[in-house]
Amino acid sequence: MSPAIVVRDVYKQFGKPDAVNRWWFWRKAQTTSTAPAGGGNGHDAKAPIRRAVVVAVDHVSFEVREGEIFGVLGPNGGGKSTLIRLIATLLLPDAGAIHVCGYDVVRQPMQVRRLINRVSVEASFFKKLSPVENLLYGARLYGLEGRATRAEIEQILGRLGLEKRAIHNPMEQMSRGMQQKVAIARALLSRPRVLLLDEPTTGLDPRSKREVQAIIRELQQQEGTTILLTTHDMNEAELLCDRIAIMDQGRVVALDTPTGLRTLVPGPNGHITTLEDVFLALTGRPLDDEV
Amino acid sequence: MSTIVSLSPSPSFWVRQLRATYAFMERNANLVKRYWSWELVWLCYSIANALSVSYIGLGMEQLGAGNETINGRYLTLYLIVGTLVWHFLSVIFYWITDVISIERWEGTIEYTLMAPIHRLTHMAGQTLFAVLYSMLFNAVILVVAVLLFAIDLSHADLGAGLVMLLAGSLSFIGVGIMASVLPLLFPERGSQMTHVIIALMLLVSGVYYPIEVLPPLLQKVAVFSPATYVLIGARAALLEGAGVAELWPIIWPVLLMGLVAIPVGLRVFALAERYAKRTGKLHRNG
Repeated sequence: MSPAIVVRDVYKQFGKPDAVNRWWFWRKAQTTSTAPAGGGNGHDAKAPIRRAVVVAVDHVSFEVREGEIFGVLGPNGGGKSTLIRLIATLLLPDAGAIHVCGYDVVRQPMQVRRLINRVSVEASFFKKLSPVENLLYGARLYGLEGRATRAEIEQILGRLGLEKRAIHNPMEQMSRGMQQKVAIARALLSRPRVLLLDEPTTGLDPRSKREVQAIIRELQQQEGTTILLTTHDMNEAELLCDRIAIMDQGRVVALDTPTGLRTLVPGPNGHITTLEDVFLALTGRPLDDEV
Repeated sequence: MSTIVSLSPSPSFWVRQLRATYAFMERNANLVKRYWSWELVWLCYSIANALSVSYIGLGMEQLGAGNETINGRYLTLYLIVGTLVWHFLSVIFYWITDVISIERWEGTIEYTLMAPIHRLTHMAGQTLFAVLYSMLFNAVILVVAVLLFAIDLSHADLGAGLVMLLAGSLSFIGVGIMASVLPLLFPERGSQMTHVIIALMLLVSGVYYPIEVLPPLLQKVAVFSPATYVLIGARAALLEGAGVAELWPIIWPVLLMGLVAIPVGLRVFALAERYAKRTGKLHRNG
C-alpha cells in the first residue's frame, strides 16, 4: 500500500539563531541558547540580548500508509502540533519535504488542502454563531452545496449526540466537549482523504472521549480515511493506532506498532511493559513531565 | 514517494470558488445577525456623528450672521456628503480588517487559510459583503439626514454619485486588504493600528474641508488618497448635479488607483501570510 503522508528529514525552528534585537525598546529578557521544542527558559544576565530559538521539529522522517491510524505520542511542547501544522500547510518547513498523497505541501498547497482536514486541540469557531452556521461556512469553503450540506450537518451532529435544539444556538453556550464534537463534524463534512487530529480528546470527559475515539475508528474502517493522531494519552494511542511514533524534543525517538514498541524495553520487575515504560526508558522522563 | 492521488473533478474550480465567495458573505451576514444589537448601537452612533458634523454648517451660518459669504445650507450639504462618503469608505475598510481581527481572536484564521481557496476568492467574499453592507448602512444615514435637514436632492445626480462611490470603493478594498495584514500579524494591537491609516486618510482627503486649506505638503499627500477624488466627485454629483461624463476625469484616476491597489493588497497579504507561516504567527496557542 502506498504511503498517504511522507515526511522526509523535516526541520522547523522558531526564532533566528544570531538575531540580536537592535531595538532597545523591544528588548526583553531572552536566552542565548538554542532550545529544543518547548524549552528555552534559561537566562544568562551577562549574555548579549538575543532572541530565543526553539527547535520544534528536528529532522523528522516517517511515512503514514493509506488507511492507517498513525499516532504521534509525546509530551506538551514535543513538536506534535508543529508537525501537524506543517502537514496542514499552516507552517513552512525550514528544511526537508512533506508529501500528502503525492503532493508537496510547499509547492502544491492547494492540492494538499483539498485532500486534508484538521481538528485541533482547541475548538476554534465563531463562538457567536451556531454549529450549523459555523459548519455551513466551513463546508462552503470546500465547495460543498448548501442545501445538501445542511441536511448532512444535522445528520452528523445527531450522530455525534448533539440535540437538534442546540445546533441552532450560539457555540458559546456549548460545553467544550460538545464544541470539540462540532470540530470533528467540520472535518468530516469535507470528506478528507487524510485527517489530522491534534489531541482531539484532550480535556474531554471519559464518555465524550470514548465517543470521539469510536468515530475515529469508524472513519478508518468505513471510509478508509488515513488518520494522523497526536496525543499524550498512552491508552488512546494504544487503543487506536496501528503504528506510533514517539516524539520528544522535536525528534522521533522510536516508531513501531504498539506491540513492537513494548518489545524495545524490558518490563519493570517482570511486569508487562506499558507504553509509558517505553517512553520513560527512551526519553529519561515521564510523559506528563512539562518540558 | 507516495502515489499522486487524482483530485475529484467536480464541482468545477469556478463553482468551488463561487461557493467559497458566498461562504464569506453568508458568514459575515450571520455575524451581523448575531451581533444585531451592537450593529444597531453602531448605526445610532454613526447617525449622531453624521448629524453633529452636519449641524456645524448651520452653526457657522449663525456664528457668522451678517457675513453673506457663509451659506449655511450649502455648508451643511457639503458636510453631509463628506460624512456619508467617509462612512461608506471607512465601513468597507473596517469590515475587511475587523473580520481578520475577529478570525485571529477566535482562532478560525487557521481553518480559513487551510481551506482550498484562492486568496482572491477569500477577499472577494469579504469585500462584496462589505460594499453591500456599507451601502445599506449609509442609505439609512442619508434618509435620516434628508428628513432632518429637509435636503433638496432634486438637482443631484444620484446615479453619478453612486458610480463615484463604487469606483472609490475599489481603492479602499485594496487599502483594506493591505491593512488587514496588521491584525493578521499582530492580533493584540493590529486592529488599533488600522485606525492610524484611516485617520491619516481622513486628515488629507478633504472630508470636512477643501484640501486647499491644508499645508502644501499635506496637499501633495492628498493627491495619493483615493478618498480625495471620491469626495470631489460625489460633491460635484450631489451638490451640482454633475453627470458621469463630467465626472470621468475624476473617476478614471480612482479606478486606476483601485486596479493597482487590489493586486498590491493581495500581494502584500500573500507575503504577510507567508511570513506568518514561516515564523509561526498564525496560531495563538498550542
